[in-house]
Amino acid sequence: MNDLTLAWRNIWRHPRRSVLTMMAIGFAAMLLVFMLSFQFGSYESMINASVKLATGHLQVQGKGYNKKPEMRNVVPNPEAIMDKLSKTQGVDSVTPRSHAFVLASSDTRIRGVLVTGVDPEREKEVFTIPSLIRKGDYLSNEAGNSIIIGALLAKRLNTGVGQELTLLGQSFDGSIAATVVTVRGIFRSGIDAVDRATIQMLLTDFDDLFVMNGAVHSVVATVHELRQTEPLKAVLKNAPLLKPLAVLDWIDLTPGLKQSIQLDLVGGIIMYVILIIVVAFSILNTFLMAVFERTREFGVMMAIGTTPRRLVKVMLMESMFMTGVGLLAGMVTGALLTVYFSHAGIPMGGAADLMAQYGMSGRLFPRLSLLSLLVGPTIIGVVTFITALVPALKIPRLKPVDAMKAV
Amino acid sequence: MYTQLAWRNIWRNPRRTAIILTAILIGVAAMIILAALMRGMVGGMVENAIDNMVGHIKIQHPDYRSDPDISHRLSEVDGISKALKIVLPESARITQRIRIDGVVSNARETAGIEIVGIHPESEIGISFIGTAPVEGSPITASDKNGVLIGAALAKKFQTGIGKKLVVATQRGDGESGSRAFRIRGIFHGDMEATEKAYLFISLPAAQRLVHEEDSATEIAVTLARETSGKELEKLVMQCRTALEPFNVSVYGWKDLLPAITAYLAMFDVFLLIWFVVIFIAMGFGIVNTVLMAVYERMREFGLLKAIGMRPARIIRMVMGESLFLLILGCTGGTFFGLGVTCYFAETGIDLGAFSKGTEMWGMSRIILPVINASDILFANAVVLLLGLLVSIYPAVKAARFTPVETMRQN
Repeated sequence: MNDLTLAWRNIWRHPRRSVLTMMAIGFAAMLLVFMLSFQFGSYESMINASVKLATGHLQVQGKGYNKKPEMRNVVPNPEAIMDKLSKTQGVDSVTPRSHAFVLASSDTRIRGVLVTGVDPEREKEVFTIPSLIRKGDYLSNEAGNSIIIGALLAKRLNTGVGQELTLLGQSFDGSIAATVVTVRGIFRSGIDAVDRATIQMLLTDFDDLFVMNGAVHSVVATVHELRQTEPLKAVLKNAPLLKPLAVLDWIDLTPGLKQSIQLDLVGGIIMYVILIIVVAFSILNTFLMAVFERTREFGVMMAIGTTPRRLVKVMLMESMFMTGVGLLAGMVTGALLTVYFSHAGIPMGGAADLMAQYGMSGRLFPRLSLLSLLVGPTIIGVVTFITALVPALKIPRLKPVDAMKAV
Repeated sequence: MYTQLAWRNIWRNPRRTAIILTAILIGVAAMIILAALMRGMVGGMVENAIDNMVGHIKIQHPDYRSDPDISHRLSEVDGISKALKIVLPESARITQRIRIDGVVSNARETAGIEIVGIHPESEIGISFIGTAPVEGSPITASDKNGVLIGAALAKKFQTGIGKKLVVATQRGDGESGSRAFRIRGIFHGDMEATEKAYLFISLPAAQRLVHEEDSATEIAVTLARETSGKELEKLVMQCRTALEPFNVSVYGWKDLLPAITAYLAMFDVFLLIWFVVIFIAMGFGIVNTVLMAVYERMREFGLLKAIGMRPARIIRMVMGESLFLLILGCTGGTFFGLGVTCYFAETGIDLGAFSKGTEMWGMSRIILPVINASDILFANAVVLLLGLLVSIYPAVKAARFTPVETMRQN
């Protein structure tokens, strides 16, 4: 009889015990597959929400503009850069933007606010604000001298669709920029910080008002897939055209997002490590018993010439069979669970309000990936192997004569 | 007798018992530590939020919350304060503020900001600015032209102590008003966002800026630390009744921080899920261990039955064994968990490496675990109850062995 058959049959000498052990391993594997998919899925939706709301995956700006946005720190040749970006493999969309601080006043109220000049047709392609208009319409190239405004800001300015606002600021050359615009639409993103502080106007109007002479403050790009961001950033940084400018990715633009993801991941990892340790101790008894109850048997086998090495090998095979079956079952159930919820979504109940402030919807969608499927089970596999090693290594220390005397 | 029997039985195989005890111990300790950490984290979030000029109770004009404009100010501030003092306990601290949107500028820069007029001394113990570290000197209660700005704003404006700033806002009569202020000090907040969001002047200076004598946009109340949620609700109700003649809105902090309140409500569910997950992981081990102990004693159970022991008694004995295991594991786990938690409570866990991330969620950089008796009881209850529940299976198995069948086994 070969060793594999021996190990396999040994497992089924105690079917109940073996099945319970496999279930413990399977449960841990299932949970890890599901939880990691859930975490990765929610990170992706967090990043996408943030990227699509405003920042894009990549931005080209004047050097230092991100830290200290100054009116005069511009991208002087947006056409050429947009042309270069849109010809780059992997870039989905490109749009130019400019920003200026203005005093916006209605008949009764005055507020200081940042106004952004945008190209409405390009914004519509990927960004979410155009689709969040609750009253009126989004900007259009046909309707000059109009703006869209966040719902909270509209309330604070006591203004509504069709009403006029006066904008007062300082233009590129230092002269005073003043104009009267009409509110064309009001949007609500659910993120208070955005709804309270956003005004968008046509980039062409912005250019005239602030005497930008064709320059913009940033060129915003989205890429086809999130993971392409980094390599694209590296490629673009070295392009001669972009050398005098800064290329930033979403991590540079929203450092809090990246770190809060890391924080959540670290928290998750601590929980998984604890879980795996508890499982390891849970199953250690099975492996230990498998050795101790067979002391006599091992004694006999060694007496008739079986090498201790081979006994250890059979023992480990036995444990690894159990682990393997458990892991496989866990991965399958975990994957099924994930796939089910990746369609149905997981409602977040009370946390939804909090999440809305970060631009996430009240439902989270786990996302199965090769990484989330394999990481957990691999770690569990390694830990169970070490757990199985502890009792198995006791076998070579047995002396046949004493072992045979054991009950 | 059964107790003694069960106790001795679990020590027939000390190694096995020790291993399963370790599993239970680690599990229970993990439950307690994690609950304490999460409570500390959430508690920190709540405290930060309350500290950020929210307070426990806040009195505002009914329209101020949806439209924070100087036209929605409180007019009879002194009358309201007097009425409040009658209702509130002695330990409560009260302060008045003016908070309005405005614009701050110097020769280089202009930015939108929230102008906050405060009584500097009375903010101590109420909001972060009362105790925030300040470079230079703090503003005084009657300071006419002194301003306190955040470090991040000072850096952005490339300005410093002694320099001038122009602060502009809308006055109570609708006209725009602006005044020059001198930077007295630069404060450091927990978060960069705070340092950029607020600019502090004295309350009289703010009143002059908006041309409204003796006005405030809000009155904030901070209660003693140990005030429970129920007491707070009662106080809010009492304040509402007392302030009825003034036509103002009275909010408890839960009304002002709906997102955090909703999150708190879900918190217990998160904990329960974590407890059950950990239990399941050790539950397999418990069942397996008890099952092994039962099977190797098959003969013994057969014999006991043959001499007339009733199945119910056998179940009781086996359940007694697992109860001992559970109690020992839980006790050890509780002490171990408490020990680790206390260790971390001394120093706190520094999340400085993720400071931008913690800032985004309004968490503190240093997490101090909070031990909550009900969490500990809850963790122990989950393990004990579910542990006994899963032990029914091996116990019933043991009771079902028939004497004849077992005696034949070797």
